[in-house]
Amino acid sequence: MTVPKIASTKKWSLKKQIVDHGMLLVLLLLCAAISALTVTDIHPEDPAAGRQLAKLALQKYETKPNVLIVVRDTAADRAFAQAMNDELVTGGVNVVGIASGTPRHAILQLAQILAAGEDVDVIATHHFASQWEVLNPSRLAKVSEKPITVIRPLSYRWPSFLTKNNLLSILNQNAPIAIMAIGMTLVIITAGIDLSVGSLMALAAVVTAVSLRDYLGGADAHGGSVALAFGVAMLVCAVVGAVAGLLITVFKIPPFVATLGLMMVARGACYILAGGADAVKIDAPAISSLYDASVFGVSSQIILMVILFITAHVVMTHTPFGRYVYAVGGNVSAARLSGVPVMAVLITVYIVCGLCAGVAGVLDASHFLTGRPKAGEFYELQVIAAVVVGGTSLMGGEGKIFGTLIGALILGVIQNGLNMAGVDSYRQMVIYGALILVAVVVDQLKKKVINPGIVSQ
Amino acid sequence: MSVTPPLLEIEGLTKSYPGVRALSEVSLTLARGEVLALLGENGAGKSTLIKTLGGVHQSDHGSFRIDGECVAIANPRDARRLGISVIYQEFTLIPTLKVRENIFLGHGRPWLKPISQNKERARAGALLNRIGSQLDPDKLCSELSVADQQVVEIAKALALNTKIMVMDEPSAALSPREAEGLFDIVEELRGEGIGIIYITHRLNEVEQLADRIMILRDGEHITTQPAADLSRDQIIENMVGRSLAEEFPARCSVIGEPRLQVDGLTRGTAVENVSFTVHRGEVLGIAGLVGAGRTEVARMLFAADLPDQGTITLDDVVLNLKSPRQAIAAGICLLTEDRKGQGLILTQSTLHNFGLPNLTDFSSKGMLVHRRERNGFQHYCDTLNIRISDLQQRAETLSGGNQQKVVLAKWLQSNAEIIIFDEPTRGIDVGARYEIYQLLNELSEQGKVIIMISSDLPEVLAMSDRIVVMREGQVTGILDNKSSQQKVTPEDIMRYATSDQPLKEPMVVPV
Repeated sequence: MTVPKIASTKKWSLKKQIVDHGMLLVLLLLCAAISALTVTDIHPEDPAAGRQLAKLALQKYETKPNVLIVVRDTAADRAFAQAMNDELVTGGVNVVGIASGTPRHAILQLAQILAAGEDVDVIATHHFASQWEVLNPSRLAKVSEKPITVIRPLSYRWPSFLTKNNLLSILNQNAPIAIMAIGMTLVIITAGIDLSVGSLMALAAVVTAVSLRDYLGGADAHGGSVALAFGVAMLVCAVVGAVAGLLITVFKIPPFVATLGLMMVARGACYILAGGADAVKIDAPAISSLYDASVFGVSSQIILMVILFITAHVVMTHTPFGRYVYAVGGNVSAARLSGVPVMAVLITVYIVCGLCAGVAGVLDASHFLTGRPKAGEFYELQVIAAVVVGGTSLMGGEGKIFGTLIGALILGVIQNGLNMAGVDSYRQMVIYGALILVAVVVDQLKKKVINPGIVSQ
Repeated sequence: MSVTPPLLEIEGLTKSYPGVRALSEVSLTLARGEVLALLGENGAGKSTLIKTLGGVHQSDHGSFRIDGECVAIANPRDARRLGISVIYQEFTLIPTLKVRENIFLGHGRPWLKPISQNKERARAGALLNRIGSQLDPDKLCSELSVADQQVVEIAKALALNTKIMVMDEPSAALSPREAEGLFDIVEELRGEGIGIIYITHRLNEVEQLADRIMILRDGEHITTQPAADLSRDQIIENMVGRSLAEEFPARCSVIGEPRLQVDGLTRGTAVENVSFTVHRGEVLGIAGLVGAGRTEVARMLFAADLPDQGTITLDDVVLNLKSPRQAIAAGICLLTEDRKGQGLILTQSTLHNFGLPNLTDFSSKGMLVHRRERNGFQHYCDTLNIRISDLQQRAETLSGGNQQKVVLAKWLQSNAEIIIFDEPTRGIDVGARYEIYQLLNELSEQGKVIIMISSDLPEVLAMSDRIVVMREGQVTGILDNKSSQQKVTPEDIMRYATSDQPLKEPMVVPV
């Protein structure tokens, strides 16, 4: 009998691609749809726009005009004004002044300059200030005999969704949920669930705050002590995860019940540690260094999230441990009889889930400079939603780490889009929930496409 | 002149799945009080045929006639209404309900109409009596043996005034004695004029029960003939499309020194004081009725359950195993009887199933080397003749024989020295069985120790060098099947399997 050589790689097919990467497609379509809905006039106000405007002014005016720069009194506006000023001065233009403040300031300064006998030919400003009543040509005509031109950077149409700032803020806002979803993905692949992650996040934040306040030097705590506090907080979460794992494996308590109990225990512990306060303030300045760090303008939270996702992906696809996690979820008795150390795998998975919640918690403490016992309320549900939308089956045995990232981003993008569309929060909740259901139904239909009834034996 | 139309007539039944033609132009007739044996290898289309008849699947073409009247079967409800009952291999009983509740479940009674418990009990008792069963209608189904569950399934069908009963491998999970009880029921039903379509892999049952034999192969109708006109060899030839010299390959084993010694193995009352020895190159059969404790012994050898007492010695080293993981490391492996529930992770790929106990072999510095795993599996696909189209193919899509070979491959890769087969050919078709037997022979020739638990007496007799017979957790006989002049017969095994005299010393009893 001849055995046909077995193909080790599957043929490429569009259907398979759609089935495998359907959620990525959904994410891209969502982004496209929200982009289309949020196209608006963009009025640049950043230093680059300032330089751009200065260059335009230099080209436009043959004779060097006298320029007054008018902006609001904000850091961003001052940077805009400074950039423009530098560019103009380099080009040899006489900048007669920078008025930064309210319209009243602007008009007063203009009057002063004119009174001092200097000419003002051009007022350079941005879109916002150019709308001020005092910069209206008829008003200016009353102040100055010579005509004054108001110039501002060019406006253009672009989706406000699709700006670097907005995209980064979506990533940043959803990073804690996405990080917790990594651990949750592992748990759900083993056919379990962990309801305690939201409480553990709060516990980590509160433990960080309390240990800094009471044991690690309070306001004088230096970077090392803060790092130590973070370590203690994550250790506490890991221990709670281990307890969940033991309850589930040794005492055979269903994961839902075991983690429901721990969820309440951890939340209560947060309030006890905080002494009933709404927040435990962290006075050590070093606390914010974790959240505030950034690389090329990308915040540490996002970078941490990406690193953790890549690590988790490698572990799940390229190590025996990852294979064991899938095996335990696929068929626990077959896994045991194949020599998988089921108990150790399950306990490890819940520890990892606890640790992920711990990471989210210390990030929260570093962000808000407090330990809030209320942090992460109902986050467990959002985290589970992200995992499920990412295509991981609650029945266990199936799921992909990057699917979860996409799931978390889909939820984040939807929320962001609804905010931009000005939908109120009650309607948002309804839409959010409905979209989760749609995602899961689509996932079920997708399975029917790959498996149209197992061929009968 | 009028001729009574046959009870059931199927004409030109065709059913395709994407890429597979499961049935093409299959026709059959069934008379009242007739047993039609439906034979064919796995994948021949038997299941599709009965699922279409039962309304689970819809055919692409073809017509059904009952008592000469054209009928449509669009769903299981239609089938029931028309008097068609299908008893699938996977029972449909609800374990938490009582026998009588299961019997009358889904009878289309009004939702809120009160049920008279007494009336229900009496009717259930009558139905059970009709098929010669004394089962208590108030027992919970979870407490029933497989054989009794089947009786309940049959009673459930009878409660619906069944005219046509389809049985899909009803004897597969039964001990020989329980199977006899089933045959009595089939005879009883036949006497009542019920038409029976009987699917089985066991040819002796066909000889005993069938009036006519219908053979399917690759979704096509091969032949339908009176049972008396077909010999065993002809049946097999028609089923596999080629002639198999025999059902079993010849064994020529060379038996060496003792390797595995089991002494006084005990666990609760399920297994009591079980002792035996297996030698190099030997196939030791373990026979007995269902519930005799055979599987429990296998699970203890594999440390899936831990014994209360007793020692297991391999090559003069006493093993003190605490988990299957340690057993695997010690070179012991178990091919479970419940392949789908315990042997494989059905929703995952064959490759991953193969790799699961062997990931250390396929890793370097803690990371998996996927290429090594693929090559390893490819090697066994070639040597064990595993037929798959793709390494990523999900295990559930394989035939029983190929699934069994995947399980065997994973154990061979783990360097197993003691291979325990629990019902190695259950649910596996004739052609693939032969290959499994050949593999068994090859492995024993390589000096491995093979323990084979089987309820299939011809299989035990043909493949074992010695046979341990168990009853109610105890060894009642160890029979020499190789050196004795006189071969062990099925009657010998049955005698020991029902004997209440446990064997005092682990010795070989003359037949």
